[in-house]
Amino acid sequence: MTAANTEAGWVRICDESALLPGAGVAARLGDTQIAVFRAADGGDGLWAVGNYDPIGGANVISRGIIGDLDDEPVVSSPLYKQHFNLSTGVCLEDASQSLPVFAVALRDGGVWVEV
Amino acid sequence: MLLQWPGAPALRARFATADACYPVSSDCDLQLSADGLANGAIQFNGQQLGYQRLLLALSANELANCDGLAALRVLLSPFAVGEAEQPILLVLSPGLAAPTAVYWADQGNNAARLLLFEGEVLRGLALQNCDDAVDFFYSAVGTVAAPDTRHLLALGPEPWAAAHRLTSRGKPMNKQKLLVIGNGMVGHHFLESLVDGGGMQRYDVTVLCGEPEPAYDRVHLSEFFSGRTAEDLSLVTPGFFEESGITLRTGARVASVDPAACIAELESGESFEYDRLVLATGSYPFVPPIPGNDGEHCFVYRTLTDLEAMRASAASSKVGVVVGGGLLGLEAANALQNLGLDTHVVEFAPRLMPVQLDDGGGAMLRRKISELGITVHCATATEQIVPGESARYRMEFAGGEYLETDMICFSAGIRPWDQLAREAGLDIGERGGITVNNACQTSDPNIYAIGECALWGGRIFGLVAPGYQMARTAASVLLDEEAAFTGADMSTKLKLLGVDVCSIGDAHGASAGAKTYSYTDEVAGVYRRINISEDGKTLLGAILVGDAQGYDQLLQYCLNGIELPAEPDTLILPARDGAAISLAPGQLPAAATVCSCHNVTKGDIVGALDGGCVSVGEVRDCTAASTGCGGCAQMLKDIVNAELAERGVEISTAICEHFPHTRQELFHLVRVGQIQTFAELLKKHGRGRGCDICKPAVASILAANWNDYVLEQPHLGLQDTNDRYLANMQKDGSYSVVPRVPGGEITPDQLIAIGEVGKKYQLYTKITGGQRIDLFGARLEQLPAIWGELIDAGLETGHAYGKAVRTVKSCVGSTWCRYGVQDSVSMALRIEHRYKGLRAPHKLKFAVSGCTRECAEAQSKDIGVIATENGWNLYVCGNGGMKPRHADLFAVDLDDETLIAYIDRVLMFYVATADRLQRTARWLENLEGGLDYLKQVVIEDSLGLAAELEQRMGAVVDTYQCEWATTLEDPERLRLFQGFVNSEAEDEHIMFVEERGQIRPAREDEREAPVVVVEDVA
Repeated sequence: MTAANTEAGWVRICDESALLPGAGVAARLGDTQIAVFRAADGGDGLWAVGNYDPIGGANVISRGIIGDLDDEPVVSSPLYKQHFNLSTGVCLEDASQSLPVFAVALRDGGVWVEV
Repeated sequence: MLLQWPGAPALRARFATADACYPVSSDCDLQLSADGLANGAIQFNGQQLGYQRLLLALSANELANCDGLAALRVLLSPFAVGEAEQPILLVLSPGLAAPTAVYWADQGNNAARLLLFEGEVLRGLALQNCDDAVDFFYSAVGTVAAPDTRHLLALGPEPWAAAHRLTSRGKPMNKQKLLVIGNGMVGHHFLESLVDGGGMQRYDVTVLCGEPEPAYDRVHLSEFFSGRTAEDLSLVTPGFFEESGITLRTGARVASVDPAACIAELESGESFEYDRLVLATGSYPFVPPIPGNDGEHCFVYRTLTDLEAMRASAASSKVGVVVGGGLLGLEAANALQNLGLDTHVVEFAPRLMPVQLDDGGGAMLRRKISELGITVHCATATEQIVPGESARYRMEFAGGEYLETDMICFSAGIRPWDQLAREAGLDIGERGGITVNNACQTSDPNIYAIGECALWGGRIFGLVAPGYQMARTAASVLLDEEAAFTGADMSTKLKLLGVDVCSIGDAHGASAGAKTYSYTDEVAGVYRRINISEDGKTLLGAILVGDAQGYDQLLQYCLNGIELPAEPDTLILPARDGAAISLAPGQLPAAATVCSCHNVTKGDIVGALDGGCVSVGEVRDCTAASTGCGGCAQMLKDIVNAELAERGVEISTAICEHFPHTRQELFHLVRVGQIQTFAELLKKHGRGRGCDICKPAVASILAANWNDYVLEQPHLGLQDTNDRYLANMQKDGSYSVVPRVPGGEITPDQLIAIGEVGKKYQLYTKITGGQRIDLFGARLEQLPAIWGELIDAGLETGHAYGKAVRTVKSCVGSTWCRYGVQDSVSMALRIEHRYKGLRAPHKLKFAVSGCTRECAEAQSKDIGVIATENGWNLYVCGNGGMKPRHADLFAVDLDDETLIAYIDRVLMFYVATADRLQRTARWLENLEGGLDYLKQVVIEDSLGLAAELEQRMGAVVDTYQCEWATTLEDPERLRLFQGFVNSEAEDEHIMFVEERGQIRPAREDEREAPVVVVEDVA
């Protein structure tokens, strides 16, 4: 990672064009895997959470379907279909389980995540 | 504890183990309350005394007069025989809360016994004038389960001791020998009921079947000539006799029964002992005493053997006559017509089906049958049969007319086959029939008679449904369950020669004061009549010819005495606004039968809802309602919805919170609105962003309609994870890959190619149930490379990841197999290549078998095809999986083109109308009108949709693409399979260990020191 890709705790993970509208991609922050989602309609829908599904026990969250339930943005795990709130990381079916949440922003054509 | 009244038998000595004995006199204060009976306590002289066994010896007078025994009187209410002074012995154990009573009374000897069961356990008993039994029951109360004791009730004094010994040893009773004579429809239903009721633990069962085949469906006998085989008509579930342990003897004709010795003897001389005997000998056809009725080409219509003979005769005949225009006669006429004969029906009465129909109904039926090319002669009596001039025979009629014919089939009614019973000295009715009581017991208590050989209340019931009722009754009685046959409703709903004919209750309006409404539509060929009571409140009977619509409702009105609407004629007049005859679910009484296949009442449905079911599906699973013919699906749904609404449960049919629509409605909206994307559908008909329920459902709907590449950008995010990566995700996040192997046919080179790929990428390989090869353990980023090599080897995607057509399993068929009658592999290939890629509400599995041996197991598939000598039989909506369902025979002897057309229509109709993730089996069970309706839509094109369904399927076929080939065409798309957007590294969490020479995912405890020893040879 070059110096241009980091500043004050933020890391540039990819070009904005690498995101898939309405779906997720996986990225690495060192040993940590994260899942980054972009809403289908663009807009302000941009989220980053941990890629590890604590219930299924595999790195698959980025491959889940996103949507909203009761107007809260969620991703459903592709393994056993639990829903995780994309803003808080909390599992809707089991509040004792959650995903880590990362701050994410678009800047200068890139996708930046706070580490 | 023993309570001893003066004058009652002295029991103290016999019950030395009783821990206390209290003499009771009229000045004692004794209180037996309902609570006390439940908890095992009495109030005696102001003291509460608990008991484990309470033994009371008292007179009936004391029972009647003592206030403290009021609770006991309620318990003993059925027990009111014998002299007032006759002492009663009671044995009670705690736990008598809401007992069910089983009792026996012999007024001749002033003796009576009453058993009280709480659930399945004997908790109490009362004996009058048979205290010899008290020892036995004293030890049995509170410990013995009902099935072990219930039948002891009727035993005489001597067997008590033996029963006592057996029960106290805790061993089952010796099995009794149960002999069943006859294995027709009713006889077989009896066996099934007995087995279902656990009867095989009580009886050693032997069945003597006079015919060469075991039970078959006589009701649909004429279908034998339209392609159904003897096997198709069989009523015997494969393995039934083997699994149940029932001994079946076919071709075993019984010559005599000796009730005194309890022995039945075959014509061959072989004899069979029995403890209980069930006569299910059925009936034989009545042949009118017409001179010349015994010619070589004169037949009756009853057995498969009769039909074989008719078929042989038909080969050299041109004209056939059926004598008798009743229900069976018209079935026979159907058979003759199917055999290609110029068919006539000769009926003595002035109309067809004189028992079930009136003149108007008979005339309409005659008109419709005549249109089918059958000549009907009513009010015609045959005087003699003589050699003919232009044909084999000439039938000379009263009045001088005649008819020439090559063969004659007599179907002029039935006579009970009661000869065995008659010779055995059993009571026989004046005009035949073995007399039975409500328990289906003959005059010999060890012998039962059921079905068309039995005479109940002076009547023979010549329909299968009452016969089945008798069969269930006899089976229950033999299992000591309370059951009684108390007559049967003779309402019928039939399809004769394709014409609907229904007759309900008092069809002729013969009841005093009956008033009639009738409706005749000669254009559409419909006749309807209802007979209502003098006060206009209740329906007495009805006749429907030409259209069975409304039968179920009318039957409910009639059977349950439901008050008719103010204008009853609306029940038979055509509904101009398209509304069907409707009976509000609330009007049905609890006892109304909703599902007649599984005998489910409205009360059962309400009970299931009380028990926690909250949907039609749950009620269906719980009660089996509508899982038979499916004809009651709509009524079931109406009742469940009405009940739920009454309970304040709101029923939402919306697919999810984003669309207030069902999948079926969404499909329609997409199609009609020509909607191409999820965003467009959401904008026009939904709200929010969508979710993992509606997105894949809409993706499937869009694919079924427009068949775009599923990873095209607007569709990408809608796909379930397997569709999104065109592979099947496994538990560790790795994927499996399945190339298509059409029909299971694969070349050695393709096998080698698959093997090479498996080796190179270190994949775990396994043969699937669908005759393919599954390659496991591929990482996401490996998928494009793996598919590149598979496609180079000539393979294509297998859609194992999609809710789509999966496999068409096949046997090798006539090409190789000694038994094959058609080329099943070629047909399987044709079908697989036609439907591959079709996206559906759920996965679809097919199979094609080359002969009736059915090696491809087509009858467990969504679409099953089985070769016949004449073409293909099509089966639909079978299912393995969690809730297996045998596929239904849909059409027979189809040529290739018709077969494909029917499959096109069935599949597209399913795709358009099923719920999300609903497989074809559940879809058909839920389809209003069931299999018949599906046949109407697909075969008769009742909705006028057939051409459109085929055209839609054609569009899907024409736009097929191998999704992996499309994906690899454009290098841009490879980034869809990137592991990470910012790293080439592998996901270190995916970790394998070796097992049996291949990889498998590492367990948690193996992650510390994983060992991957499979060599990379690439």
